[in-house]
Amino acid sequence: MNLIELLAEPLSYTFMVRALAVTVIAAILCAVLSCWLVLIGWSLMGDAVSHAVLPGVVLAYIVGAPFALGALVFGFLAVALIGGVRDTSRLKEDAAIGIVFTTLFSFGLVLISVTPSHLDLNHIIFGNLLGVSAADLWQVIILGAVTFLILVLKRKDFTLYAFDSTHAHALGMNPRLIGAVLLGLLAMTSVVALQAVGVILVVAMLIIPGASAYLLTNSFGKMLIIAPGLAALAGIIGVYVSYYVDASTGGMVVLSQGAIFVLVYLFSPRQGLVAHRLMLLRRRKTLEAAAK
Amino acid sequence: MTLAIDVDAATVHYGTVLALDKASVQLERGSVCGLVGMNGSGKSTLFKTIMGLLKPDTGKVLVNGSSPLQARKSGAIGYVPQNEAVDWDFPISVREVVMTGRYGHMGFTRRPKKADQIAVDAALERVDLAEHAGRQIGQLSGGQKKRAFVARCIAQESNIMLLDEPFAGVDKRSEATITKLLREVADQGGSVLISTHDLHALPTLADQAILLMRKVLMQGDPQLVLQPENLAMAFGLDPMNRGGAA
Ligand SMILES: Nc1ncnc2c1ncn2[C@@H]1O[C@H](COP(=O)(O)OP(=O)(O)OP(=O)(O)O)[C@@H](O)[C@H]1O
Ligand SMILES: [Mg+2]
Repeated sequence: MNLIELLAEPLSYTFMVRALAVTVIAAILCAVLSCWLVLIGWSLMGDAVSHAVLPGVVLAYIVGAPFALGALVFGFLAVALIGGVRDTSRLKEDAAIGIVFTTLFSFGLVLISVTPSHLDLNHIIFGNLLGVSAADLWQVIILGAVTFLILVLKRKDFTLYAFDSTHAHALGMNPRLIGAVLLGLLAMTSVVALQAVGVILVVAMLIIPGASAYLLTNSFGKMLIIAPGLAALAGIIGVYVSYYVDASTGGMVVLSQGAIFVLVYLFSPRQGLVAHRLMLLRRRKTLEAAAK
Repeated sequence: MTLAIDVDAATVHYGTVLALDKASVQLERGSVCGLVGMNGSGKSTLFKTIMGLLKPDTGKVLVNGSSPLQARKSGAIGYVPQNEAVDWDFPISVREVVMTGRYGHMGFTRRPKKADQIAVDAALERVDLAEHAGRQIGQLSGGQKKRAFVARCIAQESNIMLLDEPFAGVDKRSEATITKLLREVADQGGSVLISTHDLHALPTLADQAILLMRKVLMQGDPQLVLQPENLAMAFGLDPMNRGGAA
């Protein structure tokens, strides 16, 4: 079997085409958002919100509302509760995050277990890439497009918020509002990515691409290209490999992202471990040569 | 003529810590005013109060005769933060930082127009950073970093500039560049409030000086404010004799 056949064969199945589409959309969206999350220091917040949307999604399912609405409500509820616990007790933020998101997540688990429905716990927790329906795909496309558009159009404001929110304030902008919008987009993104890799692994897609890109460039504009590029590549590789070795698709997608991070971490031209060691070695050699 | 900044008996607390005690500060248009006081005397707090980041418990703040919010929205307030408030590893270039000064002049997506490019280039030129414009912000020396943020303020074309210790960790050459620029800003009608520990340079820099110790101990001519007996009030000893490094 040559390479073209290898790549083409899975595409003859509709479920594989949909799986690929959802993976690429979710990966790109998460990756773009991850650039800001990594720089603001909101990785844990990404973890928290992506878990905390679970009860919102389940409740939305029960009352027949759009998943995104339920996710938004619970995403904001989580952020408000975290801020509340942090500001009104002596606990630090990481403890507040840990308490709030696990409690909300458990609430979601309990809701699923007592709801007689077709809602499959496993699919929400681990994703259901191979079972994406046409309706699911449309929801991912629409939600993803709206979120992506806001992120890209307002990227300068988000970046200024991340870099220097005091200056944003001095310019008459409202940093709290910008932060709230970003968190709202985080909740929407979580819903999209949930389809692909499930609640548990969403956080990986929200951190790894931005972190990898950050190790590769000193320009935020380039990060916004590199991160989604790497994430989409990893997504496609993950889906194909899972097809041929018959392994967990969501798991394989995140594993590919992790593998790409390892490569970047080791071999990034400027920030990489290997380049760094080589530079030290070379410098020592020149010093020794000079000493002789 | 309305004052550029008019802080009237502002009291500010952080929780139970009293940071400003009925402080009153007036800044006229076209002048440079130096803010002098010990660590913890409330200098940064005063800046934050003027910008509306902190709301005074009592007293009032007017900027260009209106509320801080309105002044900010009209782009009147430019701010140069204290060093430790900046993430120097952020993947942003010097030019991009200066460009953020222009955001108030731009539309919804903050796409720079010709005028913005010109203003940024001119500002970089004025602080002598044009050749380093492409560098990541953390790859500048201490003095160059400060000049980059001053350039952002210049590019903004705000008529009030607030600078929180721009001379900390800065060599004489950078300090002279910044001082000259601020004088030019004031000569063109802008107003500058600047906190500094460099007491020796104060008379060349500022038309007015303020001595702060939670309260405003005095405001007036720098020479007068720098009289040893006055400094003793603010610092508990005469810092001029220690080489001015407070
Ligand atoms: N976020 C905060 N929470 C509690 N107290 C604070 C906070 N910020 C400042 N303070 C206190 O308020 C007082 C004034 O602080 P401020 O930062 O305004 O001083 P400063 O004159 O700028 O000092 P420095 O020269 O060190 O920059 C200090 O006693 C400080 O400990
Ligand atoms: Mg200060």
